[in-house]
Amino acid sequence: MSNTVISIENLSKAYQLGKIGTGTLHNDLKVWWARALGKPNPLLGIGLQDFGNRKGETVWALRNINFKVNRGEVLGVIGRNGAGKSTLLKILSSVTAPTSGHVKIKGNIASLLEVGTGFHPDLTGRENVYLNGAILGMRKAEITRKFEEIIEFAEIQQFIDTPVKRYSSGMYVRLAFAVAAHLEPDIMLVDEVLAVGDAAFQAKCLGKMGDVANQGRTILFVSHNMGAIKKLCGQAIRIHQGQLIASGDTQTVVDRYLSDSGAELGPSERELENNKNRSGTGQAKIIKIALMDNNGIKNKIIGIGKPFQIVIDVGFESDISKIVIGIQMANQDKVHILNLRSDGQNRIFGPFKQGTKKTFIVDIPGLPLYPGIYLIEPWVGEHGGKRIYDHVYDAMQIIMESTGHYESESIIKKGKGLMFVDCEWEESSLNSII
Amino acid sequence: MHSDSDVQFAFEKWDKDIGPHRNLFDLRLRELWHSYDLIMLFVRRDFVSTYTQTILGPLWYLIQPILTTITFTIIFGGFAQLSTEGLPKFLFYMSGVIIWTYFASCLTKTSDTFINNAQLFGKVYFPRLAVPVSIVISNLIAFAIQFVFFLVSMVFFALRGFEFHPNWLILLTPLLLLIMAGLGLGFGIIISSLTTKYRDLRFLVQFGVQLLMFATPVIYPVSSIPPQFQKLIMLNPLSAVVETFRYAYLGEGTISVGQLAYSFGFMLVAILIGAVIFNRVEATFMDTV
Repeated sequence: MSNTVISIENLSKAYQLGKIGTGTLHNDLKVWWARALGKPNPLLGIGLQDFGNRKGETVWALRNINFKVNRGEVLGVIGRNGAGKSTLLKILSSVTAPTSGHVKIKGNIASLLEVGTGFHPDLTGRENVYLNGAILGMRKAEITRKFEEIIEFAEIQQFIDTPVKRYSSGMYVRLAFAVAAHLEPDIMLVDEVLAVGDAAFQAKCLGKMGDVANQGRTILFVSHNMGAIKKLCGQAIRIHQGQLIASGDTQTVVDRYLSDSGAELGPSERELENNKNRSGTGQAKIIKIALMDNNGIKNKIIGIGKPFQIVIDVGFESDISKIVIGIQMANQDKVHILNLRSDGQNRIFGPFKQGTKKTFIVDIPGLPLYPGIYLIEPWVGEHGGKRIYDHVYDAMQIIMESTGHYESESIIKKGKGLMFVDCEWEESSLNSII
Repeated sequence: MHSDSDVQFAFEKWDKDIGPHRNLFDLRLRELWHSYDLIMLFVRRDFVSTYTQTILGPLWYLIQPILTTITFTIIFGGFAQLSTEGLPKFLFYMSGVIIWTYFASCLTKTSDTFINNAQLFGKVYFPRLAVPVSIVISNLIAFAIQFVFFLVSMVFFALRGFEFHPNWLILLTPLLLLIMAGLGLGFGIIISSLTTKYRDLRFLVQFGVQLLMFATPVIYPVSSIPPQFQKLIMLNPLSAVVETFRYAYLGEGTISVGQLAYSFGFMLVAILIGAVIFNRVEATFMDTV
């Protein structure tokens, strides 16, 4: 008897691009009739491939995926948006059927593709715990047994008999996650649900996931949060454009993924010595710039709100007594958002001798910017004077990505304005404020 | 070239095999039975959510059939002078309306299963049939409330000296409800499965049900129509149920064992076809809905 609990064999899933069906029953029947008689699809253009009674292109969300998962393994699934990760989980959880191939499973399986699935706003917290638990596959008796524990985990004891529509969004997701966290399936599929709650609650969720893993359950965990993947998963697989391109121990797979994603977008380190797009006296020269994420990995993709470092190498062409280092950031519309300067924090560097080279590092505690691409412009200037020694205008692009730092991240979209701020909103009656 | 472990692997026992095609008759009824708790929670949700923040609450279950019955009494009984086989008009129409309403609401509500639950179905798997089955049970609660009102009305009319004859056939009530539930569910899930592709059917259901009522002896007794049309009306599997219900509680109606058996058989076929189609659509409807 082998230890394998999930076996995925030649799994493929095709999706239809464009319109589904021929659009009219009349045409559908025509196609169906032709097929019944063994004739070719009468609506199909010459040279086009026949995809059933449909017109249009198919896209393979998954193509010939093969892998096995052993009992007790915590497997991370990584890949860029649209790589097919969620499709894989949907097939595993029976939400949709594969186009070809098979998945064989031992034991029962529970999926958490979203927290709060089936929550009804008019029902109370208590009723929703039961409903949601049952939807996720728990029996009523089982929920009753764990009820106290769930409420305690969610930290909403006094609101449990209030309809959830009156909950704050934080309370809502906490309750939802609490229900999910108390499932006891043999195999658990988790898709990005850790992106809920404030930092403290997230830490608690990660802890709970860790506990679940330690109980010997098998977990498949899809996330863009490489930190969480590394922390929780022993093994990882990487999906790229529907194909499994790497599997093995998490560290290796994740590192390779990060360096590849960096490469796709240009390197996370750049020589600037010969860059022409600059101004300044040239007495000091910025010769290299690099970005490091909070794991200390060179990476130009930074989570919004997550700390990161900018590393700048400067060469001195003449003797300089005191300098100020600065970083400007602009969005793609060339609007300047930030100008960080070392003298702002009372850091003035120098003196430096001609011909020396130095590295300067700025630790940035996290930027509340909307996801997107931003431009970094480093500069070096004279302290106490107006002279700019060097200013590189297009030194490097930085990609700010949503990685689950903020509670409300799931709904962040580029709005009007430049900054994203995670704030709390409340409603109250007029006289209560006065 | 097989290694030992490969061979061993081939003989392993798996609990679940997810493939592109399911067996047509693998209806997963055991799974459905195991989600008994879920079904009851859905019923509760429907009941609570429909009437929170309404003033009259579950009384709404009564208002609709009472107003319908009064309207029928005035228009068909009063103006049109349709026969009610000598029964009090109010009771005659009421009996037809409540049993008919049970069928009609089962049908219309289950026919929206996929469209109304697309969001939920897209995120988590549970036996999909739990949703339409819970709707049928929810409607049973509504029927029960209306039924109690019907019984109260019977007592009221009896005390006023009207003549009608309830008889031992009222023992058939559960069977009659089963047939109505089964027909509503069966056709409902067939329509629900087809609406994932053709939304038009939703509109068809809306007035189709209204028209179907006129092909069912709700506002007239079968005995009052010309014999050549009686056969036609009795082809409708709902007719025998309405007539039997009326006969059981009021003592007038055209009934036969054969007719009931026909309705029952019709119901079984509808359920079977419905479950097979539903099961088939369920597998991939998320991609097309």
